Amino acid sequence: MKIENIDGVTATVSAAGSTIAANVMLLDEPAIGEYVLVHAGFAIKKIDEQEAAETIETLNKLVDK
Amino acid sequence: MKYIDEFRNTAHTKALAKRIADIAGDRELTFMEVCGTHTMAISRFGIRSLLPKNLRLISGPGCPVCVTANDYLDHAIALARLPNVTITTFGDMMKVPASTSSLTKCRAEGADIRIVTSTTEALTLAHQNPEREVIFLGVGFEATTPTIAASLMLAYNDKLTNYSVLAAHKLIPPALEALLGGQLKLNGFLLPGHVSAIIGSNVYKPTLAEHNVAAVVAGFEPTDILRALAESLEQIVSGNYAVNVEYRRVVSPEGNTKAKAIVDEIFESCDTAWRGIGVIPNSGLRIREDYASYDAAKKFNVEVEPTREHKGCKCGEILQGLCQPSDCPHFGKSCTPDNPVGACMVSGEGTCAAYYRYG
Repeated sequence: MKIENIDGVTATVSAAGSTIAANVMLLDEPAIGEYVLVHAGFAIKKIDEQEAAETIETLNKLVDK
Repeated sequence: MKYIDEFRNTAHTKALAKRIADIAGDRELTFMEVCGTHTMAISRFGIRSLLPKNLRLISGPGCPVCVTANDYLDHAIALARLPNVTITTFGDMMKVPASTSSLTKCRAEGADIRIVTSTTEALTLAHQNPEREVIFLGVGFEATTPTIAASLMLAYNDKLTNYSVLAAHKLIPPALEALLGGQLKLNGFLLPGHVSAIIGSNVYKPTLAEHNVAAVVAGFEPTDILRALAESLEQIVSGNYAVNVEYRRVVSPEGNTKAKAIVDEIFESCDTAWRGIGVIPNSGLRIREDYASYDAAKKFNVEVEPTREHKGCKCGEILQGLCQPSDCPHFGKSCTPDNPVGACMVSGEGTCAAYYRYG
């Protein structure tokens, strides 16, 4: 989910049109605009966009073979 | 990038399914998905239908509600019957049959039991109801435990004295070790994505290094699961066994160090019983003595009824991958999601629930 706003340890996060509150105290330096994995009301890990892009690139190459 | 649709691409899944079939050839292979969310994703996305018949996927002990032993539920029910106590719990605990009752039945009898989706809701209840003792049922693996540890840290910092946790947290690596030492013959593990987001991938290496078993940390979308299986097969064919990470957008070698530190501050490891498996050394977490006033097991002195198991239920064998839901005489007959006999039929992550819902 995408971090839209942060107020203390509480962030507003959104995905597919839904917006919820998530606690971000388990993350180092959460920032607005970052994507995070939310589990049981807490953001537990940031999602690495570059790694995601590399995975998709690998999959594209497999299709092109 | 939306991080969902990109990993459900049909062209990618077709290419991965072909690659898996090409590598597998006619080898008879068995892989275990350890995580309950993988079990549900595999059934929901029809992953088995994309695999050759000689490649078998079985479910492991990765549903937290399912592996929680009856005596824990009996303890929770005894606490719920105390005056001025509010029990807070994740919803899938409600219908799990305990020795003679369940949280649902207990609530019908008048106990104050609230379903919450996060410990932050339980904390809010404790702040809003200072005259009541709010107890959270702390069940879950390494992905969930930090959220409970965080709630205890927040309660401690706020000097909130009417909040406590009945802890039954479990650890995945010792369970893998126990499975590998048992009678089950496995060629590989699909390692859990969310648990590994916290603990990282390095932690599995000491456990798995002594065994010739493929291991790949996988995400939960179709291409994640298929790619992890393809990578597992590559390990088997090459003989180069290792702990690989397919779910790199979330899982790093070291995991979430901040979350791990918070867990370590609040909890320490202990031996604990797993439903159907028994006691596994150092596979559980208990609240440290420094935070004993937040440990519901120590804070409240209650008599817990003697534990009784349910006759004929094969949850124990299913959780170890030793049999399938269809091998259980109760499955789909006397045991359904509306009237479950065993825990595996209750939870949204339970193997029986997944097989019942998706076939």
